[in-house]
Amino acid sequence: MAMDFGYVRKDFVPAKAAPGRTGGPILWAQKNLFSTPANTLITVIGLLFLAWAVPPIYNFLLGHAVMPGGTVEECRLEGAGACWAYIHARFNFFIYGFYPIEEYWRPNIVFVLLAALIIPLLTPSAPFKRINALLFFIVFPIVSFYLLNGGVFGLRYVPTEQWGGLMVTLIISLVGIICSFPIGVLLALGRQSKLPIIKTLCVMFIELWRAVPLISVLFMASIMLPLFMPAGTSVDKLLRALVGVTLFTSAYLAEVVRGGLQALPRGQYEAAASLGLGYWKRMYFVVLPQALKHVIPGIVNSFIALFKDTSLVSIVGIFDLLNTVQAASSDIDWASPTQAVTGYVFAAFVFWIFCFAMSRYSLWMERRLDTGHKR
Amino acid sequence: MTISETTNDPRLHASGMQVSQTDVAIDVIGMHKWYADFHVLRDINLKVMRGERIVIAGPSGSGKSTLIRCINRLEEHQEGQIIVNGTELTADLKRIDEVRRDVGMVFQHFNLFPHLTILQNLTLAPIWVRGIPKAEAEATAMHYLERVKIPEQANKFPGQLSGGQQQRVAIARSLCMKPSIMLFDEPTSALDPEMVKEVLEVMISLAEEGMTMICVTHEMGFARQVANRVIFMDQGQVIEQNDPQNFFSNPQHERTKLFLSQILH
Repeated sequence: MAMDFGYVRKDFVPAKAAPGRTGGPILWAQKNLFSTPANTLITVIGLLFLAWAVPPIYNFLLGHAVMPGGTVEECRLEGAGACWAYIHARFNFFIYGFYPIEEYWRPNIVFVLLAALIIPLLTPSAPFKRINALLFFIVFPIVSFYLLNGGVFGLRYVPTEQWGGLMVTLIISLVGIICSFPIGVLLALGRQSKLPIIKTLCVMFIELWRAVPLISVLFMASIMLPLFMPAGTSVDKLLRALVGVTLFTSAYLAEVVRGGLQALPRGQYEAAASLGLGYWKRMYFVVLPQALKHVIPGIVNSFIALFKDTSLVSIVGIFDLLNTVQAASSDIDWASPTQAVTGYVFAAFVFWIFCFAMSRYSLWMERRLDTGHKR
Repeated sequence: MTISETTNDPRLHASGMQVSQTDVAIDVIGMHKWYADFHVLRDINLKVMRGERIVIAGPSGSGKSTLIRCINRLEEHQEGQIIVNGTELTADLKRIDEVRRDVGMVFQHFNLFPHLTILQNLTLAPIWVRGIPKAEAEATAMHYLERVKIPEQANKFPGQLSGGQQQRVAIARSLCMKPSIMLFDEPTSALDPEMVKEVLEVMISLAEEGMTMICVTHEMGFARQVANRVIFMDQGQVIEQNDPQNFFSNPQHERTKLFLSQILH
């Protein structure tokens, strides 16, 4: 019997279009929802759960809810859902806190400026990035401070004790995010330093802040710090909270960034060094862009945690969003069975919008920055 | 490539291949290096003249890579002297950067910057180390990309290129700094067999232009064709050193004979 395995291809097989998806929704359901008895069971249980849970949630939030324009009497009725009328009535308080009503235009300008600057800054295709960044990181904070604080240009002085609501929540988170990021990066680099003093200082700083709960940091800042200060000097309560939150987050960020630095192959450091790039240029052009990209999820995680942790400042008497909601919930004019719950749902919803936006933005950024080197 | 395939290339006797008799490019004197307690390099003495092309061979773990990594101070030596272009390598960071600017290095795993395009990889150091204007740096970069025969890849990212192409980009990246010395650390070891030749060709053309080169490589054909000197290392020491003709046909040390019999079959 002849061994007949010799083979030479004579013609090249051209690429063919991939087989298209076949079948409609029924086939899809069969394949994905009811493929096995176990899957069918899980599908049925899932549907039952939804049938059980969705209607009451719907009824509370919308179906039986008292919409804006409604009265407190309607909210007090048996079986009434969320009292949105109450949120509507106290909305300004939730946004501005005790900020004087006739001065609302000042935070409003700040909100508009913020949106006008941050949206193009976060849109990679928008032009004038350098001017945009300059305006956002340098000009905007100064303008905002004088606008909100007043006392200059004939603006009425509004002490930070009167600031509140979402405005304060945004101030603390934005300042915290913007200031803690560079500090965190520097701490991470310092922790990897070959210089023993810098390294030790960074390690001590990071480990100290990470080992202390944020609440105690805030208590320290607001109660103990004044005791150590010379008599007569006082640091603004909000400023103390800002510094506390910033340093606290920077320690966490430092550890996240360090993870990214360690994940980078040694060859990248070496290639940059062998080209004669000095330390800072190596870090700025080669190491950090890659290391930070790797840890975007971790960085955003820290920022989201910071955003939510801003609500802790309420314990030192700062009226952030959650604290205004809490304070308003004892408002007798709107006393009703669902008053407090509605307030918390509203606060949760506002927090969720911001955190979800951050999360989606980071996911999108991650995909955009992927230059396909993961092989 | 086996030894029998290669012949003495007549191109190599062109005027560009002159080796200077007086101008020392690299001088390593009585150098020792330890990794903690492990004595990796022992009493290394190596003088490289301007225009010389040196191939370092030896079994893995013999310290070849460590030696050339000491020459641009990616590794620190503990004893002896290393003088590169007249500058002694010490802990002085400024001098280290000066030396590195002038000494190109090509790595086994290319080490291109994956977040930058090919063109950005090539212009980064000229712009930020040498202070060359961007347009000029890009023109130089394109010139070297043409030399390594991949100008059309300029705007791609390293991850989109084959290994051979990436290594050629890495060579071009070093050349953009106009170095006077090039170090090659096993430049073809991580490549698919089909791509070794394209990289070696670039290295040969560099040699033809009179570049001072030290290559750690297992490409003995390349060594035969290009090197003026082959250095054989084992256990952190230079065991034998000779011109390629004598090194391959008449090895003296037992260890060298054994090594050559293992790799030339």
